Amino acid sequence: MSGSGEVVGAVLILAGAVFSLISAIGNLRLPDVYTRSHAASKSSTLGVLCAMVGTLLYFIIAEGYFSIRLILGIFFVFLTAPVAAHVISRAAYRHCVPLAEGTAQDELREYYQQDENFEGEDQVEPVEQEAVLQSTS
Amino acid sequence: MIFQTILIIALCLLLAAILANLYRVVKGPSSVDRIMALDSISINLIASIAVFSVLLHTHAFFDLILLIGILSFIGTVAFARFMERGAVIERKR
Repeated sequence: MSGSGEVVGAVLILAGAVFSLISAIGNLRLPDVYTRSHAASKSSTLGVLCAMVGTLLYFIIAEGYFSIRLILGIFFVFLTAPVAAHVISRAAYRHCVPLAEGTAQDELREYYQQDENFEGEDQVEPVEQEAVLQSTS
Repeated sequence: MIFQTILIIALCLLLAAILANLYRVVKGPSSVDRIMALDSISINLIASIAVFSVLLHTHAFFDLILLIGILSFIGTVAFARFMERGAVIERKR
């Protein structure tokens, strides 16, 4: 009874740790922010979900303890990690972090240049902040 | 006995992942890289707390998993808003 729980937990936890290590290697080796965001969000989320599901199944099978807090944590991490990666990538693009060397085309640039608040190579737009300050005063 | 060995190997892999992300925090060219690496460090920390609670046969640390998840999400969103708009909480129009 205890052995099957240990087998399931060991396989899932080891798979999760290997996925986290692959995510970290991708975070080291990829060329720019957006590809690193791709590596860091997807495989690191999968790794932590594998490790937490392994923990949950180990405690269910081996000790008969069902943890609703762990299920809530799994659900929350699964829900919020892609949202956080999206918000960071969008902040990077608005902050004009350059793309990698061999980038063929940038379709989002044309979309943003229609917006008058987005200035080509500068930092975060100063126009909108001045408008906000003037409208509050 | 082999189960504990596998858990310790998994903890060592997670430690290597955290160190690799820490290198990215130190060296990262832009500050968005540093925010992203800190976010994935907290994700790896959640996984290592889960492995550690299996290793200690205790379920006292499950609150901590939920707490670190919520705190890392709020911190990441706050830093991203600061990078994007220059303020975390904007004034009312």
